[in-house]
Amino acid sequence: MKILVIEDEPDLLAAIKTSLEKEAYIVESAGDFASASEKLGIYTYDCILLDIMLPGGSGLDLLASLKEADKSENVIIVSAKDSLDDKINGLGLGADDYLTKPFHLAELTARVKAVLRRKQLGGKNSVDVNNVSLLVEERQVMVDDVPMSLNRKEFDLLHYFLLNKSRLITRESLAEHVWGDNIDQADNFDFIYYQIKNLRKKLQAAAAEVEIQAVYGVGYKLITP
Amino acid sequence: MKLQNKSLKYLSISILIIISIWAPLFYYIIKDEIHDSLDKGLTNQKILVIQQKLLDTTTAEILEIQGNYFIKEVDESSALAMTDHFKDTTIYPPGSKHAVSMRMLTTAFQAGEHYYELKVFSSTLEEDDLIAELFWATIWLYIVLIVSIIAINNLALKRLWHPFYQLLDHFKAFSIEKNETLPDVKTQTTEFSELKKAADEMTRHARAVFNSQKQFTENAAHELQTPLAVLTNKLELLLEKGELDDLTATQLSESLGIVHHLKQLNKSLLLLSKIENKQFIENQQVELAPLCHEVLNNLEPFASFKAIQMDLQQPASPTIHMNKILAHILISNLIKNAIFHNKEGGKVFIELNQHQFSVSNTALNGELNASNLFKRFYKGDASHKSTGLGLSIVKAICDTYGFAVQYNYAQGRHHFIINFNNSAI
Repeated sequence: MKILVIEDEPDLLAAIKTSLEKEAYIVESAGDFASASEKLGIYTYDCILLDIMLPGGSGLDLLASLKEADKSENVIIVSAKDSLDDKINGLGLGADDYLTKPFHLAELTARVKAVLRRKQLGGKNSVDVNNVSLLVEERQVMVDDVPMSLNRKEFDLLHYFLLNKSRLITRESLAEHVWGDNIDQADNFDFIYYQIKNLRKKLQAAAAEVEIQAVYGVGYKLITP
Repeated sequence: MKLQNKSLKYLSISILIIISIWAPLFYYIIKDEIHDSLDKGLTNQKILVIQQKLLDTTTAEILEIQGNYFIKEVDESSALAMTDHFKDTTIYPPGSKHAVSMRMLTTAFQAGEHYYELKVFSSTLEEDDLIAELFWATIWLYIVLIVSIIAINNLALKRLWHPFYQLLDHFKAFSIEKNETLPDVKTQTTEFSELKKAADEMTRHARAVFNSQKQFTENAAHELQTPLAVLTNKLELLLEKGELDDLTATQLSESLGIVHHLKQLNKSLLLLSKIENKQFIENQQVELAPLCHEVLNNLEPFASFKAIQMDLQQPASPTIHMNKILAHILISNLIKNAIFHNKEGGKVFIELNQHQFSVSNTALNGELNASNLFKRFYKGDASHKSTGLGLSIVKAICDTYGFAVQYNYAQGRHHFIINFNNSAI
């Protein structure tokens, strides 16, 4: 899987690159409009992370030319502009998703995987880890083909964990993912503890071959024993 | 007061003053003219009478009133002292009880050895009548003038000021957020075309300032969000590296928490400034009931975790013309607060009707300071790590749409009530 990260901030670019490489993707990068344009002209990527404000031009122009070439469906816009206009323009130009800076790496991984999953031939509908299979559209989790009963938040959490298999997910990231963008009380982690406790129990009861581990009290990690 | 009425007021007052000065003046001029002409007549008559008397010296009895003159013999000295003298007087004609105004010329002449005093009369206008006539004429003139001014005001002024009212309508319809220039106004009046020019210049300038501020907000967002993103992601990578002792991990985790708080703060401040700069312009008809259900649905798991009972009373579902994102933020901020700042096993009551949206919840610690509640960075509970901007955002949204938001505390419950402006429904 080849991913192009178009981002002008070198530190952020490095962090994104490191994180994505942990998922065993081949990551290439472009720091400005011209080099991005060049790379997009020559190579094909499975997923493109696109910043809108770039030195030398607007990311939206790159997106427009990708749309013309019918290659815009695997683009995730990553922008500091939390502006509705940009969101609408970007998605209107065929981008798959819109991620506002700052974001958690786990969130980015989840979004990238969602794009790649949709891109796969036949449009694979499930996220599979060992004997656990999460059906995205049906919002259903199967363990050894036996359906598991999860509430809405538990499902969202498990989905997030499965997409970030073996990666640390911080509490903040979990809270934000579960509650959405404008939660003011994301430091209220009791609920997250509680949900994860329940989720663990349910996974254990279903004999799922995945386990959610606490890490330092910072966050959690889904591991496969 | 409308311009038309104002100009009418000034005109009627000044005309009243002018007329009241003019009327007595006119009266004296008229009176003077009349006297002049009467005096000339009297002088003529005097000459005629004297000539006749001089010829008719045989007439012994001349001490009689003949027609409109009166002759009486006087001694030489008083006759010589006499000059022609005009005077207004009144006499009672024989058989009449009413005095009649007369103009009288008193003179003296000599006929032979005798000296005579001659008084010639001519009836003149009654002064009272003249004044009365003039007074009424003046009143009528005033009325006619005022009526014609009203008529002229209505026709001519309306026509003259038409471009002005057009301009006014355009100003009222002007919105700085929309990128439209003021429509053209056809006018040949210099003042109005200059007004239009000045207004165009002003709106252009205001828009430039507005846009630059908007730009600044967005740039500030960009400038802050990116470093925050770098910070978050670097800390996450560091934590993921493993090989950390517990103390380092805890400290890193705390730093991550602070960065997260900063991030929330920045986001909320941006949202607030965007609302206050009226950058949410895409208004639409928003039905509040489904929005309410959506928010409740999303927060339900957390409420049940805290064993909080939520009760939604919804006798009506108002449809309000506003920005949908802001409507969502408004409702979710209030309900979220009611859940998060609630006690274990507490209650949340939500009521939505045609005129208001109210949220109340069982209080954690007593009454809040109502005057500071909606201020930025106010925190009822200092230990809580919220941004203290949630209610400021609620207030800013309410201000944008002219809703009234109020807080009160009764029976151990916080009540937040939003009254929709009726015109907005």
